[in-house]
Amino acid sequence: MRVEVVGAGVAGLTVAFELARQGAAQGLRVELVERRPRAGLGCSRYAGGMIAPWCELESAEPIVATLGVEALEFWTKDIPVATVAGSLVVAPPRDRAELVDFARRAQNFEELDAAGVAGLEGDLASRFDSALYFGSEAHLDPQAAMTALGESLAGMHNVSLRFGESARGDADWTVDCRGFAARDELPGLRGVKGEMVMLRSGDLTLSRPVRMLHPKRPAYVVPRGAGLFMIGATMIENEEAARVTARSVVELINSAYAIHPAFAEAEIVDMGSDVRPAFPDNLPRLTRRGRTLYVNGLYRHGFLLAPALARRAARMVIENAWFPEVCHAHPG
Amino acid sequence: MDDALTLYDVMLDSRLLLGTARYPSPAILAQAIRAAKTQIVTVSLRREAGGSRGGESFWTLIRESGARVLPNTAGCRTVKEAVTTAQMAREVFGTDWIKLEVIGDEDTLQPDVFGLVEAARILVGDGFCVFPYMTEDLVVAEKLLDAGCRVLMPWAAPIGSGRGINNIFGLRSLRAHFPQTPLVVDAGLGAPSHAAAVMELGYDAVLLNTAVSRAGDPVAMARAFALGVNAGRAAFLAKPMTPRDFARPSTPVIGRAFDEGAA
Repeated sequence: MRVEVVGAGVAGLTVAFELARQGAAQGLRVELVERRPRAGLGCSRYAGGMIAPWCELESAEPIVATLGVEALEFWTKDIPVATVAGSLVVAPPRDRAELVDFARRAQNFEELDAAGVAGLEGDLASRFDSALYFGSEAHLDPQAAMTALGESLAGMHNVSLRFGESARGDADWTVDCRGFAARDELPGLRGVKGEMVMLRSGDLTLSRPVRMLHPKRPAYVVPRGAGLFMIGATMIENEEAARVTARSVVELINSAYAIHPAFAEAEIVDMGSDVRPAFPDNLPRLTRRGRTLYVNGLYRHGFLLAPALARRAARMVIENAWFPEVCHAHPG
Repeated sequence: MDDALTLYDVMLDSRLLLGTARYPSPAILAQAIRAAKTQIVTVSLRREAGGSRGGESFWTLIRESGARVLPNTAGCRTVKEAVTTAQMAREVFGTDWIKLEVIGDEDTLQPDVFGLVEAARILVGDGFCVFPYMTEDLVVAEKLLDAGCRVLMPWAAPIGSGRGINNIFGLRSLRAHFPQTPLVVDAGLGAPSHAAAVMELGYDAVLLNTAVSRAGDPVAMARAFALGVNAGRAAFLAKPMTPRDFARPSTPVIGRAFDEGAA
């Protein structure tokens, strides 16, 4: 059997990986097709890369955490690019109520006092007198993760990669992982704009993602190593890509500054914007239409959900499996 | 419609207006609208519009809820910004209704009432039906009515604070001063009891966002608020008893004669 996987973002890469791995014994061949010149040039590259299933419960349905837990294993064993250092959630003193509400919705964390915060992140000593610590969570660098996945795929005997090309549609199965680009074929799919800023600072040693709660402008800082920090991400119900607004940059940098004033002197290394694909319930779907399977709607949870969805997508193709919690029949 | 609310000549059954920001998903927002039987939802346009009509998908989901859209100028800080946003909203949503916000203080999101009156006058002149978000100040209310507003939306407390009524005396006197004007309490309510309380004061409706969208279960909370609004309205119509003061006995001596336990 030959399967054409379309789109080489985190969804397409993980789907290709799982298909090749699970189907190797049956002689399944995978072709990964990407219209851009290489993998990871879509919205995946601007992801925060937080593998934080229990934090995400704050705003997501329980299924997101259930699926997300599988990502911790995937990104530490199958494609070992993640750092398991936990995540921290803090709030400015005036917005302490946000922390209380966050704690009410999230799971699997401990509450830290000032000494606890200082013990974990020296930079934050005396800046926050309480925090939530999600010790089992991880983070990764999306670019590095997609590069590692691409290299793994290149080394698999039953995988071929085609860049700068469009899908042929002549395989036994097509798995469409194009994200927002598939909107014309998936009713209800919308784009939710996100913007991020990358800063470089030699003065900070944060070693794990820090989420800063705010009633209007929650933001997070994810350390990427070598003094780089990703500040993300806006959430705007808007489908225009590739336009970072001044207001968003000011707000993101303000949030970083509120986490630590040293960010004021950081260098702006990069800015980016793209649209996350989402269904009206903001939950992912594996939508089957004949011998085409759409893996889409990963919303703000690309790296968190892709491994679990890819495993299930591969089983749908290989053994005709069906997973009621994520599977949908195409309405068309 | 026994007890209909009329806002700018539109008759409504529901006295609960909902904001559309910060729900876990558009699907949950739509369920909340249905659960509360809300007929008016307010939508922020400023950012979502982006460079073009990039917010169209989200707006379509909101329109599909069946509720009438009351676009707002949330986040606008100047008269010009608010007027431009209102004009854009009219084009996008095909409605003359506008919830006018001119924010004067970034921290408390307190309205700039001077800019508000000025923007209201411009927009009324341009044919808009203006719903001004204001403090409970009587003079500001008077000036907004002079400017041509036919509905007023005083706050109960700062936006998103969930504190309930900060100044019950102010809200009561505003109601008393403008008995014929539809008054909608907008902002600051946190619990259904707060909504019931403002309705008991005789307010015509309430507008909420954060208290529902950030609740643990937004759909259930929307339903709870609808009950609170209905209870408060029914109580107002039923004319609540006047509270009595029992702090000082008014007949201290004779009362004792019948109090056997005191002997």
